[in-house]
Amino acid sequence: MTALLTRLLGRLPIGWLQLRHNRNRLIAALAGVTFANLLIYMQLGFLGGLLNGISLPYASFDADILIQASDANTLQDGSPLPRNRMLEALAIPGVAEATPLYIFKMDWKQPDGTIRTLDVMGVDPRMANFRVAEIEAARPLLALSNAALIDRGTRNVPPELFDEIDAGRPYRIETANRSVNILGSFRIGGGFGADGVMVVSDQTFLKLFRNRTAGAPNIILVRAAPGQAIDPLIARLRAALPAADTAVRSVDEAIRRDQNFQTTQRPVGIVFGFGVVIGALVGIIIVYQVLASDVADHMREYATFKAIGYRQSFFLGVIFEEAVILALFGFLPGTALAIALYAAVKATAGLPLEMTGSRMLFMLLGTIIMCTLSGAIATRRLAKADPAALF
Amino acid sequence: MHPAISIAGLNHAFGEGEARRQVLFDINLAIPRGQFVILVGASGSGKTTLLTLLGCLRALQQGRVGLLGQELLGADEETRIACRRRLGFIFQAHNLHDSLTAMQNVRMGLDVHGIRPGADAAAEHALRLLGLGERLHYLPANLSGGQKQRVAVARALVGNPDIIFADEPTAALDWESAQQLLDIIRLLATERRTTTLMVTHDSRIMALADRILTMEDGRLVRDEAVPRA
Ligand SMILES: Nc1ncnc2c1ncn2[C@@H]1O[C@H](COP(=O)(O)OP(=O)(O)O)[C@@H](O)[C@H]1O
Ligand SMILES: [Mg+2]
Repeated sequence: MTALLTRLLGRLPIGWLQLRHNRNRLIAALAGVTFANLLIYMQLGFLGGLLNGISLPYASFDADILIQASDANTLQDGSPLPRNRMLEALAIPGVAEATPLYIFKMDWKQPDGTIRTLDVMGVDPRMANFRVAEIEAARPLLALSNAALIDRGTRNVPPELFDEIDAGRPYRIETANRSVNILGSFRIGGGFGADGVMVVSDQTFLKLFRNRTAGAPNIILVRAAPGQAIDPLIARLRAALPAADTAVRSVDEAIRRDQNFQTTQRPVGIVFGFGVVIGALVGIIIVYQVLASDVADHMREYATFKAIGYRQSFFLGVIFEEAVILALFGFLPGTALAIALYAAVKATAGLPLEMTGSRMLFMLLGTIIMCTLSGAIATRRLAKADPAALF
Repeated sequence: MHPAISIAGLNHAFGEGEARRQVLFDINLAIPRGQFVILVGASGSGKTTLLTLLGCLRALQQGRVGLLGQELLGADEETRIACRRRLGFIFQAHNLHDSLTAMQNVRMGLDVHGIRPGADAAAEHALRLLGLGERLHYLPANLSGGQKQRVAVARALVGNPDIIFADEPTAALDWESAQQLLDIIRLLATERRTTTLMVTHDSRIMALADRILTMEDGRLVRDEAVPRA
């Protein structure tokens, strides 16, 4: 290591030798960087899970354009739309199909008495509404009265239950109004809003939720005619539909809007963002403490080096050398621990935390910047090393 | 050729306003190359202050100092750093870096001139000259006080300085080590015309010097050549 650094730096790796010399301090610093890394990774993991969870249902729609209520921020909130908007949309040149989608929340009481919340989506079973092969394959079943399909990714439900359903044994859910028969399963995956998704026909939906009417869906899925460019079609739809109650968006735009809303207006999103800042601060403070006390302990030695003729840039180099070493050696265990913790959270809480290469790269660069920043603050103390005070 | 050190009308004071106290008064002096000069004087007479000024460790206030031909009055930090690189300092305390071995500490005295091939061999040679051939890779914590001081001497001399400044260097050295140091100083003086200015009160050393300067209350009061036996 020393030989490698000597070649890399073109000088004795004083920073490394100094860090290695004081084992306790090195361990404390590495623990601090690792901890800060882990903290930020978890926040980013939850944030990424939240963003991903928001996008998954949108991305599962077989649609090019979504027509939503103008007051809708997410899939579930917002007023229902007049169904007439669908007919108006169908009259626009370039629109191939438009179908209504109804959404409402349903509580699913488990045998143990606990409750899972499902986002129930009602669709016209004569049309292809989802890009999910399993739903498409089971679409004929949806036309049956009280039939339903369920997301296998639904949180905190024993997997055997889905195995039973897939093996051809329907599962019956009793609700206040009616019962539904779950005939099949699919996988969309959800975020933090609900535990999972259930898909039913529009007829079944309206029977389950008596206060909802066929004339007021939540979303209209629009498919463009083959070869039709999306942006001009969106412009035409916007021009034709009243902006007072209706918003027309591409699927990507709707996803971005929803993600933006949930990360800036909802407590969960804000808390995660805040956590990243706290993690970075923890790291900066711990690394600063270590580097600053290291400088303080070596004032006379640094003053001696100044007397010998070393320039300020040499001392900055030593501190930054220490900073980068701390960053690298804190990053590695931090990342390993985060991967393990992601897996643990996924297994126990069912939250979709995924480690990505770009996140690791972001963390590596972020950690180096964090440690360098601490080093930069710590080097201000070097000015006090006065070679004239040595004699 | 320029003298190693030439001083004219040097004054120096610490503090400002009410607290201002002048500690050096009108020092005039020339030291040719290759001389071994000893500076004596009571505590507080200004010996160390003079050394820090000549060693480019402090900015001059008044008077002219030529160091190896370089005028120090008004010199900027960059010029002072360049000057320091031609000097060797031996302090009372060894000030070795605790995480560096004896070799690595000595290397620091060489590497300031840029990394050169053969630096390790030169560092080893310097340590062997001071009788530390068996301790090359020891950390300071595993060396005795005298050994540490000798490592510090090796660090000061390894870069072949033109002038050596030493402030009571023998306080922490036993007589045998002190003699080694003096042998090296005299060898460098004859071979490389290295100049040495040393503060010491050891009369055994004074007998080996070329010249003895005496300071009193900030003034140079005596300048005597040592008679050669
Ligand atoms: N950094 C300083 N600030 C203020 N006064 C100083 C400083 N260094 C030395 N002095 C004063 O200058 C005078 C000369 O000190 P010094 O040069 O250390 O003498 P010596 O080395 O001969 O004992 C003393 O009175 C000392 O108190
Ligand atoms: Mg003194």
